[in-house]
Amino acid sequence: MAAPLTLLLIVAVTIRAVLFRSSLAEIISERVEVVSPLNAWKRVVEGLALLDLGVSPYSGDVFHETPFMIYLFHFTVDYAEIVFMIADGITAVALYLSVQIYNKDVFRKQKYALESDRYPADCLELLRSPKEMFYIPLKVAMFYLLNPFTILSCVAKSTCGLNNAIIALFIFCTLKGSALLSGILLALATYQSIYPLTLFAPALLFFLQRLYIPVNPRRSSFWFFTLQYAFIYVGSLVVITGLSFFLLGSWDFMPSVYGFILSVPDLTPNIGLFWYFFAEMFEHFRLFFSCVFQINVFFYTIPLSIKLKEHPVFLIFMQIAIISIFKSYPTVGDVALYMAFLPAWSHLYRFLRNIFLVSCVLLACSALFPVLWHLWIYAGSANSNFYYAITLLFNFGQILLVSDYFYAYLRREHHLTHGLYLQKKDGTEATLVLK
Amino acid sequence: MGLLSDPNRRKALTGLLTRLNTPICVVCFLAAVVWFMGLAFEPFTLRSYMSENAMGSTMVEERFSSGERALALAKEFGAHKRKAGGMPVDWLVKAMRSRGLEVFTQSFSRKLPFPDENKERYMVRGTNVYGILRAPRAPRTEALVITAPCSPGDSNNQAVALLLALAQYFRNQVYWAKDIIFLVNEHDLIGTQAWLEGYHHTNITGMEYSPLQGRAGSIQAALSLELSSDVITSLDLVLEGLNGQLPNLDLANLFYAFCQKLGVLCTIQGKLQRNDWDTAEGYTHAAQTMMLMVLKQACGRSWGDHGLFLRYHIEAASIRGINSFRHYKTDITTIGRLLEGMVRKLNNLLERLHQSYFFYLLPSLSRFVSIGYYMPAFGLLAVILLLRALDLWVHLGAPALTAVDGVTEAEQPSSPGVLTVLTPLVISHLTGVALYLLPVHLQEMAVEHFPVSETEAVVLTAIAIYTAGLALPHNTQRLLSGEGTEQGWKVLKLTALLYLAVLLGCTALINFSLGFILAITLVPITASITPHMPKALSAVVMVLLSPAFTILYCVFIYQELIEAPVSIGEGWMLFLSVISQGILDHALYGSLVYPLLALFIYPCWLMFWNILFWN
Repeated sequence: MAAPLTLLLIVAVTIRAVLFRSSLAEIISERVEVVSPLNAWKRVVEGLALLDLGVSPYSGDVFHETPFMIYLFHFTVDYAEIVFMIADGITAVALYLSVQIYNKDVFRKQKYALESDRYPADCLELLRSPKEMFYIPLKVAMFYLLNPFTILSCVAKSTCGLNNAIIALFIFCTLKGSALLSGILLALATYQSIYPLTLFAPALLFFLQRLYIPVNPRRSSFWFFTLQYAFIYVGSLVVITGLSFFLLGSWDFMPSVYGFILSVPDLTPNIGLFWYFFAEMFEHFRLFFSCVFQINVFFYTIPLSIKLKEHPVFLIFMQIAIISIFKSYPTVGDVALYMAFLPAWSHLYRFLRNIFLVSCVLLACSALFPVLWHLWIYAGSANSNFYYAITLLFNFGQILLVSDYFYAYLRREHHLTHGLYLQKKDGTEATLVLK
Repeated sequence: MGLLSDPNRRKALTGLLTRLNTPICVVCFLAAVVWFMGLAFEPFTLRSYMSENAMGSTMVEERFSSGERALALAKEFGAHKRKAGGMPVDWLVKAMRSRGLEVFTQSFSRKLPFPDENKERYMVRGTNVYGILRAPRAPRTEALVITAPCSPGDSNNQAVALLLALAQYFRNQVYWAKDIIFLVNEHDLIGTQAWLEGYHHTNITGMEYSPLQGRAGSIQAALSLELSSDVITSLDLVLEGLNGQLPNLDLANLFYAFCQKLGVLCTIQGKLQRNDWDTAEGYTHAAQTMMLMVLKQACGRSWGDHGLFLRYHIEAASIRGINSFRHYKTDITTIGRLLEGMVRKLNNLLERLHQSYFFYLLPSLSRFVSIGYYMPAFGLLAVILLLRALDLWVHLGAPALTAVDGVTEAEQPSSPGVLTVLTPLVISHLTGVALYLLPVHLQEMAVEHFPVSETEAVVLTAIAIYTAGLALPHNTQRLLSGEGTEQGWKVLKLTALLYLAVLLGCTALINFSLGFILAITLVPITASITPHMPKALSAVVMVLLSPAFTILYCVFIYQELIEAPVSIGEGWMLFLSVISQGILDHALYGSLVYPLLALFIYPCWLMFWNILFWN
């Protein structure tokens, strides 16, 4: 399988290299859908210039990257294009390996369950065969590398690609079973953009499951491991933050990065839900509404963790998707990361209900974003409402996609325990309804 | 969310939609046509009203009186123009300076990609002269533009003269709060383009021009004046700009209000307004006016000098004086007063015109159809595409919709490979790229080998490539492995339908008329095409409804509507010149219709052509 992956990487790198050399790169790097105030390359360059002048890069209100990021580019600014291509490559390979491990795991469990006759007899067609699972890791890598969203994001040199790489590595280390590395990478991802904090829950659940520790608050082994993992995570977060302080010699970056993410002062339009509301709202409600909006990302963690505690990897997917929908400055690069996981759930296809609608909506929105932007900003004939309507529709599509997969996953699990052909009490055929 | 999650109701709905798919589609199509034609019916339209406060309530008294002097100036200008054999730059500079303006010139040159046979130009070299009247009342942050093209021959002398007379009159008034720029441009649109690019420090079309020496504030509005006779019978308002962009409707309202006030006959699309909307003639008249607007907007070119201003977010319109055989004549003083009134009202603006509509169609000057009324006509057509796509999706055995319950789903048939879709998609787009690039790049080679002029070479190459694209299906099939399967064409058609829907939707948002015309010709055939239809007949129908033939029909309909019907031969020549103009407009001013047709619509149509010849 290494050969197709290498081929894929070569194709992906070629596409990106060609686009970097074309005149499109400049246009793409200005698109609000692709870059946000958080990760625009223009702002990184500005921060670097300030750093070189001996001024704090956070003076002024332009630069919002973390100190690690600016020092990374301090040394590699001349090779930035290569760095971004490598980041995409790393993400793809990490996802490839993760899904490979995950699939092996799933297959092993399925085999045990089958041997102990735990599946109802009519469920055999729901079981997954190694044949169909063989190409899934490659498809995942392909979905990431050849996704137009990823390509745009990479060509625009949006640092979102680097964040994705960290999250992908975190997933890989988690699935590999290394709690230490997983904790450190999760801390790094949190340090980059706060929101991956919610991935703590699925990672913890995964390790508990892997070590056969039941999720039971009355057991000491549960608490022992939870504290251990939390300690690794918080410890590395403290170390990383401390290191950043020593790199720059000031705490400037805290308000400038995290304050900026949480209080959403920059209302440049993007594909997210924040900008329009915050532009329209009275100033004295701002704090209240930023809490309400931000809580969305974190709130769903609890019910999802309870519902999916047996399926931490699916929970990771759900969490990444929720982050990319509800974060304050989303870009298409974030969307690309969770979309890469879709092939891994291809066995849920038969239970998806709205996939046609969702794909039409996402397709249409992706085309309409630039059109309405043109009408609003250049032609002056449309206005922000038009653009926001498309943003809403795009997010509606994403939410529908995620909830559809969630429902399909739960449904398959339900069938695996209760049999495929459900019967009502009176003997007629039953259907499952989500209400 | 009941509909999205309750399987039983979904099942019922999808069942209904698939069973009644064809009737619903036919009904939608008819409804779209009826709706569109109904837009011109007066009770269904809105009466236009002034939305902008700054222009609505203030009364203006027009005092301009030097019409006679303007006519004398026109003669003098004409004499100097003849003597100079083009634009009398020195005379103009002197004339403007003596009227107290700050005068500057700008020279520009442009080599056309191929000779323009309509206007007989290839290497264009010219000069723009403009004078700025500085506002005595306010800081110089905003400006208005009045422009008059200096056309070859004796035409438009009166416009330039009226411009100068107005400048002299305006100079003596104290109420100006915005700088007023008087621009006399040479070589019509090319001059305007050079001036605008110079003013805004951009260069998007590769024009060579000298930088502007003098500049006023940001331009709020512009009026372009075309006037070729001493007296006129009516004034015609031209609104359609580049890529079908229209100025804010308030500008048209302003013009209409002043025409009413001063008793000047005003027309749009050269058609007078009628009051008998309830008779068949009245309705036909309104429908013709609207159809003309739709055709003009759809072709995406700028129909006057104002059209290029719109791109820079400047509201602009052209006012054209018409002299016909009517008895009722208007003298040049009245036109001067009309312009004075309009400029004074624009001078009162506190912000850019934005209150009124930007998306509208005009069945007459006092009535308009807003986007909310005309979009459903397009929406009904787009729905057909989506319904057909849904139908195909269901037939492809997607479990999500056939049996909402994945449970009852039988064994999935093996889905066709990505290649079946990708190959036709890539090949037709490559043809599109060839259609876009080759005509202009191959002209030299074509001229060398065939006895044609450059312009003919470009147009004929384009037509040749277009026709050659029709031979593609056979080649595509050879590239594909094995026979085309039933599944294969369905997947291809599904892709193509969604692609076309998105494409037309985006087009209709930017330029409704173009989107609608393309939709009304493409939708019926693309919705019904299958490989099982009688090949020869459907091929003929498909070709007759292809984008190129749509242009041909539009040429004939347009000629019919402006009451200058043409024979088939003349129509063909016009068709050729329309193509060359489209390519030139793209190269000179950045009009998007040609690339849109070549790079997207035509390849999309080719994909359906492929489906017809699937086996």
